[in-house]
Amino acid sequence: MTELERHAYDVVVIGAGGAGLRAAIEARQQGLRTAVVCKSLFGKAHTVMAEGGIAAAMGNVNSHDSWQVHFRDTMRGGKFLNNWRMAELHAKEAPDRVWELETYGALFDRTADGRISQRNFGGHEYPRLAHVGDRTGLELIRSLQQKIVSLQQEDHAETGDHESRLKVFAECTVTELLRDGDKVSGAFAYWRETGRFVLFEAPAVVLATGGIGKSFKVTSNSWEYTGDGHALALRTGASLINMEFVQFHPTGMVWPPSVKGILVTESVRGDGGVLRNSEGRRFMFDYIPEVFKDKYADNEAEADRWYTDPDNNRRPPELLPRDEVARAINSEVKAGRNSPHGGVFLDVSSRLPAEEIVRRLPSMHHQFKELADVDITKEPMEVGPTCHYVMGGVEVEPDTAASSVPGLFACGEVAGGMHGSNRLGGNSLSDLLVFGRRAGAGAAEYVRSLGDKRPVISESDVDGAAARAVDPFAEGGTGQQENPYTVHTQLQQTMNDLVGIIRRGGEVEQALTALEELKQRARNVVVEGHRQFNPGWHLAIDLRNMLLVSECVAKAALLRTESRGGHTREDHPRMDPDWRRQLLVCRAEGDGVSVTAKDQIPLREDLMALFEYSELQKYFTTGELAELPAKES
Amino acid sequence: MGYKARFRVWRGDDADGDLHDYTVEVNEGEVVLDVIHRLQATQAPDLAVRWNCKAGKCGSCSAEINGRPRLLCMTRMSTFTEAEIVTVTPMRTFPVIRDLVTDVSYNYQKAREVPAFRPPEDLAPGEYRMQQIDVQRSQEFRKCIECFLCQNTCHVVRDHEDNKTNFSGPRFLMRIAELDMHPLDTHDNRAQEAKEDHGLGFCNITKCCTEVCPEHIKITDNALIPLKERVADRSYDPLMRLFRKPKK
Repeated sequence: MTELERHAYDVVVIGAGGAGLRAAIEARQQGLRTAVVCKSLFGKAHTVMAEGGIAAAMGNVNSHDSWQVHFRDTMRGGKFLNNWRMAELHAKEAPDRVWELETYGALFDRTADGRISQRNFGGHEYPRLAHVGDRTGLELIRSLQQKIVSLQQEDHAETGDHESRLKVFAECTVTELLRDGDKVSGAFAYWRETGRFVLFEAPAVVLATGGIGKSFKVTSNSWEYTGDGHALALRTGASLINMEFVQFHPTGMVWPPSVKGILVTESVRGDGGVLRNSEGRRFMFDYIPEVFKDKYADNEAEADRWYTDPDNNRRPPELLPRDEVARAINSEVKAGRNSPHGGVFLDVSSRLPAEEIVRRLPSMHHQFKELADVDITKEPMEVGPTCHYVMGGVEVEPDTAASSVPGLFACGEVAGGMHGSNRLGGNSLSDLLVFGRRAGAGAAEYVRSLGDKRPVISESDVDGAAARAVDPFAEGGTGQQENPYTVHTQLQQTMNDLVGIIRRGGEVEQALTALEELKQRARNVVVEGHRQFNPGWHLAIDLRNMLLVSECVAKAALLRTESRGGHTREDHPRMDPDWRRQLLVCRAEGDGVSVTAKDQIPLREDLMALFEYSELQKYFTTGELAELPAKES
Repeated sequence: MGYKARFRVWRGDDADGDLHDYTVEVNEGEVVLDVIHRLQATQAPDLAVRWNCKAGKCGSCSAEINGRPRLLCMTRMSTFTEAEIVTVTPMRTFPVIRDLVTDVSYNYQKAREVPAFRPPEDLAPGEYRMQQIDVQRSQEFRKCIECFLCQNTCHVVRDHEDNKTNFSGPRFLMRIAELDMHPLDTHDNRAQEAKEDHGLGFCNITKCCTEVCPEHIKITDNALIPLKERVADRSYDPLMRLFRKPKK
């Protein structure tokens, strides 16, 4: 029997970003004993990197805003591939989730009448993003962290132990989920510090592990983003959807090389920044797609007037959804109109007074000054696309965040469906809060429904998990010994070059061959040293997840023969209404994945009625439109 | 463009350890963390270091570079000459776990000892109204990324291990100041608690914390001194003494 530390909880939340912490708060408030297990220290999760804001139709700055308008924007941004029920819940509940943060102590920037200020962002019709300068993610994570501490203080007052009902297991990595029949029974983990194993007995597990960006070379994501939750879900029998849709944020730093990919917030553009090519041209006017022509200005004069008079002018094209802007930058660079270090220019210095730039964009000012010697109040930044977010994730029930595996829930970036083929900026932080809370509630309800009949962990499963975890230390095997860092670098290069922002069928096929080869090599990875805080070992374990998830991305990308949102096929450049009705579903099969198509759930009639017929014509098939109740615009 | 730099990195655990010499490639625009990562990938695969965002936003990669508390990700190699030996050691105030990774649990304990924000009972969510000018003071302190460099550098605990029990350190005294200045917090006596429960009196405003703050928060001037003044007002103002609510 494997020697390990054992804990029993009602709910185990994996991940301590916005979604995980909100889920944990909910589960604990519903009276369940809850554990949060996370790879980093408490309060360091990737959510801190979110800059721009939280999208919520509070209508504080423009009273025309409503959940219906937010819903429409979200569906448009995702090119109507979104799970409409998730988009509906999200738009309706986001304001309450933001206001709730104020009761935790959050301090957002204010309007003149003392309410929460809201800023413009790509794809959002009205100023909608609650923010704190350009460090909104930090405010969100700190507020949730401090709420958790306050709940622990209440528990301490009552039981004498801060951790009696809610405990954070920091720097602890879950490697496998355990099942009893088809039901989740617990999670197997190791302490990063000591390498010792931990077993969590729990009938409900909430995945809140974030994204997959570390499979790509140029990314805004940190080392934690290795697709752990995606892979855990697959191996536990759950399905993933929309994995072909990966968001490349249009503006990452491109120089110096060591910071390539680090995010430059969209707020720069929301607050007036413009994109120019080497010829000084505001090139975004050349890239307004047909479906957005009536919403975006086609000349500089109108675009500039919009900042002060949004009711009578169309929006500047710099504020198109992210997929459009990223592709435009890519095309400019390809045409040779790039900045010296292979990006384009993002200029706010000629658009706002220096003092205003420092006030509105303090982190960007700081980041460029410290890392690139660029003063953004005096000169333009150089930017280019960077892998930022995966729209795909665990297929869940919208209302409860439950996956198809009983006891397994998913929320935040690791869940799929909400954002369709492309996420709007600002919709991630609101997603974390809305579905974090729903996942916590869903898990609580499930645990209560079990009564005393809790699933049981089998000791042989635990032994198996332990053996697989230490496998990288074992020398031997048939092939040549591999270094985990080398295999990881080659995976990143492969995904970047062959399944990146612009895809071609032949290249994706090459990627799949390369992935097979890397999978073989990953089996021969050998790590040095011992189990105490050993980054080589940690990477060797994370690498398995990255490879599995990369296979999902590549296989789905090969099958979807159209271009939509975060999936651009150069050999199939058109958006195809027939594909809008299809979801690609990934499941584990052998040591790889299988992908099958499945029909999309039709949009509910009253939600459909929120759109003009002329707009639906751009996305829906003639067959679908014929079924609509007569509504000619 | 690149050159070979000489690095000296502390390797070891809580029992013992010493400085190891490395010669390692450095390229244009790199920061110290890039070089540490290159060491991991090429020469020392089990070299332990904590890091996340690599953009100065998460506060994970705190360490001491040539004896100065710094974030590894925000220290550019161009600040050293090519001939200079760059010495990287773990934060000295906290117990070493391994190599550059320290046990920072002291900070999480202190965080728990600060009474949480107490929201106003008469306002529902969505009804909060605050002016920008009034939230701005606390917002400065909420820029804190909890890198704990201020806690590490503060001589009250850096040089006197015993004080850890009674002193919460600049980060959490600043947290008290932040809540004290929050326009809608209804918890009373925060300044007094800072003095009585969190060791505000230990601080003799040498501003070391402010100097090392990577977020350039004016911890001493804007948080600690005003907090001390509030304590002084309450303790020595004869009128205040008369009207002060008894401590709960």
